[in-house]
Formats: sequence, structure tokens, C-alpha cells
Amino acid sequence: MKLALAGVSHHQAPLALRERVAIDLHAAASLARRLASADGDGCEAVVLSTCNRTELYLARPADDGLTDRADRALLELAGADAASLAPVAYRLTDESAALHLFRVAAGLDSMIPGEGEILGQVRDAFTAGAPGPLLDRTFRMALHAGRRARVETAIGESPSSVPAAAAALAEQVFEGLADRKVVLVGAGRTSELTARNLLSRGAVVSVVANRSVERAERLASTLGARGVPLDQLPDAVAEADVVVSSTSAPGLVLTHAELSAALRGRRGRPLLFVDLAVPRDIDPALAELDGCFVYDIDDLEAVVASSLAGRRSEAVEAERIVSAEAERFASWRASLVVVPVITSLRARAEVIRSAELARVESRLENLSEGERAAVEALTTQIVNKLLHLPTVRLKEAAVTAHGLHYADVVRDLFGLGEEDE
Amino acid sequence: MAELLVWPALIAYGEAAFAYAGVMRGADRLGRLGIWGVRIGWLAQTGLLVAQALSSDGFAWRTWAGALNFLAWLVVSGYLVWGCRPRYRLVGLAVMPVAVGLLALAWAGGGTGVSESDPGGWILAAHAVLILAAFASFTIGAGAALLYLLEERRLKRRDAGLLRLRLPSLEALDRMAARITLVGLALLSLVVVAGLTQLDRGDVDATMTVTVVVLALYGLVLVVRREVGLRGRRFALGLLLGFTLVAIVLPITHFAS
Repeated sequence: MKLALAGVSHHQAPLALRERVAIDLHAAASLARRLASADGDGCEAVVLSTCNRTELYLARPADDGLTDRADRALLELAGADAASLAPVAYRLTDESAALHLFRVAAGLDSMIPGEGEILGQVRDAFTAGAPGPLLDRTFRMALHAGRRARVETAIGESPSSVPAAAAALAEQVFEGLADRKVVLVGAGRTSELTARNLLSRGAVVSVVANRSVERAERLASTLGARGVPLDQLPDAVAEADVVVSSTSAPGLVLTHAELSAALRGRRGRPLLFVDLAVPRDIDPALAELDGCFVYDIDDLEAVVASSLAGRRSEAVEAERIVSAEAERFASWRASLVVVPVITSLRARAEVIRSAELARVESRLENLSEGERAAVEALTTQIVNKLLHLPTVRLKEAAVTAHGLHYADVVRDLFGLGEEDE
Repeated sequence: MAELLVWPALIAYGEAAFAYAGVMRGADRLGRLGIWGVRIGWLAQTGLLVAQALSSDGFAWRTWAGALNFLAWLVVSGYLVWGCRPRYRLVGLAVMPVAVGLLALAWAGGGTGVSESDPGGWILAAHAVLILAAFASFTIGAGAALLYLLEERRLKRRDAGLLRLRLPSLEALDRMAARITLVGLALLSLVVVAGLTQLDRGDVDATMTVTVVVLALYGLVLVVRREVGLRGRRFALGLLLGFTLVAIVLPITHFAS
């Protein structure tokens, strides 16, 4: 069985080229089916297309032109841009193609190492594709490698964006964000993104405050909150757990002088201020209050940068996991060489066993049903025990350089295939 | 021979303390070494305590050094309840150096040897075990409080590496410290009540007085927490004050009396 891959990714191809070959899941499924059924030669196909890559995986029992076929299909997707795509496309085969897929599934080939979406995208592509025995096994092992990399390392744990960093910081302050009250100051896109990140972790947006109350109410209605004017902020903040601010105001919106009295009643209950605005909305002096923590955009970007550095160091461990899984795949694939021999050997043994039993049938006539079953079981057991060790040895040899030699020897010794001739 | 078990315990605890300090400096992988050091050390010390108990006719840890040996074991046992969870592992940063110090002191004072000791009654044994368990709880509570202050400082200073080295959240540390201290307070209350029933008039000494003061102080901190909502930094400082009293004043009064 041969495996071939042709693809383009963010490493070599600019966005303008990638978008020429990007297709949605439905189109990817159609293409995979078309490629699999094109020549009626048992071809398997899976098409993976995300914003960072488009990759065609093909597998077939015979090698003849499989890589070219994948390459042609990829260039056809590019249409008029095929000439520009050809130099930046990559072509991989067999173990290299599998290792590449394993790295993709683990997020090691992504722009942000360990990003979470790719594993789901690989799963979707696999489900929508037209896999056969080889691609089925390859993709299942890739998904397993991707899961292991995420479970056994911290590669996917650290936030990779400012909104995610804000939410992660809130989780460092509070024991879970379920039902924590979030106050949004400003009704812009940045506030909303951060709020949605907090909402996804169980927090609730209680208030959206904005200079224009209509805009505040419009956003508040989509978040299940209430919109208020800015002058009602101190009361709202006094009740909040997290305050996210992102207005275009030229000066401070929340000052120490204004809030210190309102926050006195909290008795040190933690309050996280996230200031995403430039110029800043939140007075840094608020951090001097007991239980108050103030993070501005620079602080959050520093946290993200540090987290990404952490992801890169975790990636070393994730690479080790992926390599181990790739080795397992290589062993499995090598074992395919001896599988037909083992199957023939066992079939031959079974033919002999059945024939010998049939030969002595007349002498077994007087046996009861139970005794007949015992004879059947006994002979089957003898055959299985005799073949067990050779089967194990053949499988072991398959992953070494002697695999084919062993297979030939067994074929010769037992005359496998001769009876057909 | 069994007394030699103090060395693997001491070395493993020391390794854990260094590993946790290394984690704080960015060597994340040392966290796992740390927890294995704690586990191996705990097994070795448990072996030592079992040997001491088997060779003794009565309560094997009657001396101050023996008591410290037992206290170190209780502290590490209590830590292991939480420390097995990766997020709480770094509580060991505060707890393991204390455990190393206690065990080293116990060894220096001859509390880790295996020999027959004077038999004492079961009341004395129960008294000692309860009071040591209470002090172990206060030690772990103080460790959590110390970690709270450390994490709060990192948050206040907007440490960029905050999410790379994740300690438990402030609220989790606050709650953990309160719960463990409450357990310690309950145990200490039992000791004091039991002691009062056995006490003859005029027997009150400095150690007993300090014990009652410790009880009152911890009780006050927990009551204020419940009634007034004392939380966070101030609560952590209250627990550390109580622990300082336990760690410094109690030994002084013990040796003085």
C-alpha cells in the first residue's frame, strides 16, 4: 500500500495563493470521493482544507503515479494560478506523509504551535473523505497522536491571543469563572471578543456601559446584559468580578478617586480590570487597592508572548510523542508485507486440518455431538499453537530489513500459492 | 538499620524542595521530579516511623525531636493529599523546605533513631498525635497562605510568566488555607478540651498558655473571616502570624518550662 500527499501551507504559500485552493468541507468531501472513484483502482482519498493549508492525501495498493495524481488534483484546484502554486507545493510519500499528518494533527505545523482547532479539522476531513484501509489507519493514528500531544504536554494550555489571555488571567484570580459578573466598558469589537471568551468559560456579562447608551443596549441584548451610560459605572464595577474596558475615550474612564469609595465595601474581594484601550481607560493606580488587579494591553501582550514561548518549549516534548506514533505507524505498515503470507499459511493449515478430519470421518461416526466438538476444538488448538510462534516471528521480522526474506522463506517452506498453480 | 531510612527521606524531601524552587525559575519539568521526591521521601519516612513504632513499648515520639519527626511526616502527608494534583503541586514550594527543616532538626536531636522508649499511656499518645496533627494543619495552611501572597504579588506586578507557571487561583488558595486551618483548629480544640479535663489547679504552664493563645488567635481569624468577610491578603497575613507564633514562641516556651 502506498501513501501520497500533495499540499500547500502557510510555511511557503502566501495567503493570496492559499485562498485559491481553499475549499469548504462539503467541497473537500466531493473532491475526495471523486479522486477515490476516478480510476476504479481502489484508491483512497482525504482532503484537508483549512485557512492555513490545503492537503490531498491519496492511498492505493500500487504506486504507479500516485504522487503525480495528488499533485495534479491540487494544481487543478488552483486553476489559472497553477504555475505559481507548483513551486511552493510539497509532495510527500509513505512514512514522511504520515509523519507530516501527525504533526499537523498535533498542531506542530500550525502558525501558533498547539492551536486547538486543527485537531477537529483533521477529524472532520477524515469523516468527510473517502478513506480505505490505509488512510483510515493513518488518520486514526494521527488523531491519536494529536490527542496525546495535547493531553501529555501543556502545548495547548497557554492562551495565544489577548482575549484568551484576559480570560486565563481571570481564572488565575477566581476559582472558575462560572457565574462571575463581567462589566464591559465600551461597546466595540475588542470588548465583545473578550467578553465572548469569558462567556465561553461560564462567566456572565451583567452590564455594558458606553457613552452612547443605544450602542451599549444593542451589544447588551446580544450578551444577555443591560446597557447603561458611563456615569453608572462605579455602581456596576462595585458588583463586578471582571471589568473589560475598550473605549476610544481620550482620557481615563475609571479613576482611582472615583472608584476607591465604591470598592471599599468589597473588603478585598478580588476584582480584575482588563484595559484593552489605547490610550488607557483604567487608572493604573487602582492596582494599589486591596484585591484589585489591573492589566493593560501591553501586559496582556507580554503574557501572550511568554505563553507562546512556553508553547514552543512544550512543542519539543510533543515532537517526541509524534515521532513515537510515527514509528508505530511505520511498524504497522511494514507488517502489511507479511499479512498475506500469514493469512495464506493459516488458510493452508485449516484446509489440511479439515481434510484430515474428513478422511477419518467414517471412524468418528460413533462419537456423540460433544465428543465431536471436543475433537474439533483439539485439532484447531493444535494448529493454532503450532502457528502462533511463526506468526509472531513473521510480524517481528516485518519491521526489520528481513521482513520480505522471511515472507519468501515461509512461502517456499509451506508451498503457499503452489496449490493454486 | 531502620534508622538509616532518615537519609533517603531527607534527601528526597530536599530534592523536592530544590525541584520546586527550580520550577519557580522556569524549569517546568522539575515539577514531576519534585512530586516523586515527596512520594519517595514519604515512603522512606513512613518506613522509619513504622520501625520506630514497632520497636517501642509505648508512644515512640515522646521527645521533642521525635515529635518533630512525626510532625514532618504529618506535614508531608497532608501536602500529598493536594500535591498530587498538578495545579496544587507548587504548594510544596512552601511546605517542603519546612518538612526538610523539621526532619533535619529531628535527626540532630536524636528523634529519628530506633530504640525502646519509656512506655507512656494512650492518653499521652492521643494527645501528642492530635496536637502534632493540628500543627501540621497550621503548617500546610501557612504554606497555602504564603503561596497566596506570592501569587497575589505576581498578579499585582503583572508578571508576564504568570500563565506559564500556573499556581492555583487566588480564591482556591484562600479557600484551601481556610479549610486546612479549620481542621487544625478543630484538632487543637480537642487537645485543649481534653487537657483541661486532666488538669489539676495550678498546673498551667507557659506552653499551655501559648497553646490557648494560638487557639484563640486562629479562632479569631476564622470567626472574622466568617462574620466580617476577612479574605485574601489580610486573611493570609493572619494565618502567617498565627503560624509564626506556633513556630517560634511554642518551642521557646516548651524548652523554658
